[in-house]
Amino acid sequence: MIPRAVKTDSPGFGHRHSERRRRRSTAALAGVVLTLLILPLGVLALFSVTRAYFYPQLAPDDWNLRAWRLLLHPGSEVWGAMATTVFVGLAVVAVALVLAVPAGRALGRHSFRAKRLVEFLLLAPLLAPPLVVAMGLDFAFLRLQLTNRLWGVVLVHLVPTVPYAVLVMSGVFANYDQASEDQARTLGAGRLDAFRYVTLPAIAPGLVVAGVLVLIVSWSQYILTLLIGGGQVVTLPILLFATSSGGDTALTSALALITIAPVLALLLLTSRHVSRMPAAQIGLP
Amino acid sequence: MFAASRSGLDQVAEPSRVWIRLLPALMVVVPVFVVAVALALAQSLGLLPLVGDSRLSLDAYRNLFSGGELWRSLAFTSYLSLGSTALALGLGVVIALAFRHLFSGSRFGAFMLQLNLPVPHLVGALAMVLLLGQSGLLARVAGSVGLIDGPAAFPALIFDPGGLAIIAEYVWKEVPFFALIALAALGSVADDFEGVAATLGAGRWRRFRHVTLPLLAPVLLPAAVVVFAFTFGTFEVPLLLGGSFPEAMPVLAYRKFTNIDLAARPEALAIGIVMLAIITLAALIYLRLGRRFAGRQ
Repeated sequence: MIPRAVKTDSPGFGHRHSERRRRRSTAALAGVVLTLLILPLGVLALFSVTRAYFYPQLAPDDWNLRAWRLLLHPGSEVWGAMATTVFVGLAVVAVALVLAVPAGRALGRHSFRAKRLVEFLLLAPLLAPPLVVAMGLDFAFLRLQLTNRLWGVVLVHLVPTVPYAVLVMSGVFANYDQASEDQARTLGAGRLDAFRYVTLPAIAPGLVVAGVLVLIVSWSQYILTLLIGGGQVVTLPILLFATSSGGDTALTSALALITIAPVLALLLLTSRHVSRMPAAQIGLP
Repeated sequence: MFAASRSGLDQVAEPSRVWIRLLPALMVVVPVFVVAVALALAQSLGLLPLVGDSRLSLDAYRNLFSGGELWRSLAFTSYLSLGSTALALGLGVVIALAFRHLFSGSRFGAFMLQLNLPVPHLVGALAMVLLLGQSGLLARVAGSVGLIDGPAAFPALIFDPGGLAIIAEYVWKEVPFFALIALAALGSVADDFEGVAATLGAGRWRRFRHVTLPLLAPVLLPAAVVVFAFTFGTFEVPLLLGGSFPEAMPVLAYRKFTNIDLAARPEALAIGIVMLAIITLAALIYLRLGRRFAGRQ
């Protein structure tokens, strides 16, 4: 019996030709898949620049920028919501990274007793529905009168974000070469200097990825912010939901795009780092 | 000293250092999470009511499980979650297998797959209304080519008991998630292993079954658990795209939670606890499966 591989690997004009055709059809299929993936964003873009765009119109008659003008007007609510979202996001990123760097180092480089338990405790919040966490904590905010809603939102955003940061950083430290840091210490560098000049530059790309992921997760939160923010903390998703119940399709679509624009731009800027990370660690459901 | 540093000072570091590094994260995440779950459990058991006396009882659970509402909601949510997880997993793997040579070299491909990563489900759901609604873009395309004669003739994909738009939104969002994970797992080794298997005479199916699948399963199974848990607990998507009958569990819980009748609150939290129990069960099944899988290897 002739092994199949011999048959398929035999070089020849016919083979090369079919190989090229196969490659071309794969590329076409990839094009279709990628189009489907960005189609919903395209739909939002289309609806955002129209007025009175109803069934059965396929192409809109009336193109206009009313929704964009309204939303990007200097007096619009969008700016306040954007500032709140950025503030919450950056605070969450800062705290999450400060917590995740040492924890990731411990989990990535050491084996110790109760390691599985610690991993479970740090990763379990990843699986808990934000609604359930929010409903549980709502009591604390109502009855114990934890009044500062903004910091409350920052605190609860840590629940779904810190697990991701720890996951990324433990992956980074698992592949981290300890030798240079040890050499710096041997040469007399203090703990802080060794961290500042040796460790930090080495883990910087990982920090960028963890930070981007944490920001994206915080940026996307709706129900946690709604219940814990008690209506006082208006982030972009909160404003978007309120706008969508107003029924103005163009306005909602434009605001949806404004909501994702900053994080999309950030991903674009950091994609060099993000695509280099093992994808198993960069997934966000 | 030098010998110790070569083997990695950290590896032999005293246990106290390890715990000092873990403590900050544990001290923030665990209390907030544990307090949230404990408060949810306590309130579901009739403790800590907003008004009235605190009384330990299983009334909320008894009411829920004796009525049909919870069971219908549970069945509907499980169907949405299992259906979209399976569909997204299958499509993600197919895409990764079909395109791995195309994408493995190109950052552009990987970037395109990451493009909807920062898109919140809320935004995805709003886009699905415009795309899949009865007067949405898809219906207009169907109308313009003469497939339907009016919006009413277009199948109800949103607000319908079949929850098809909900599944579409989840699949749209999760397919790249699975595809990226599968692509990373296949990496560059899959080709070598498969080549060896082919030279040894293994056919397409046997190569997939004995080479590719064992590479994928260990990373895709936990990813599937994460997606199951996520789709099971997401609130915005079934709220925007689902009908009022049957209601997804998070929507039902939220409706009871915000009911003017504060007596409904324990039931809302009991639904939350049931959701946590089901997700925990899924994670436990995965851990069992994982152990058996590891045992076979």
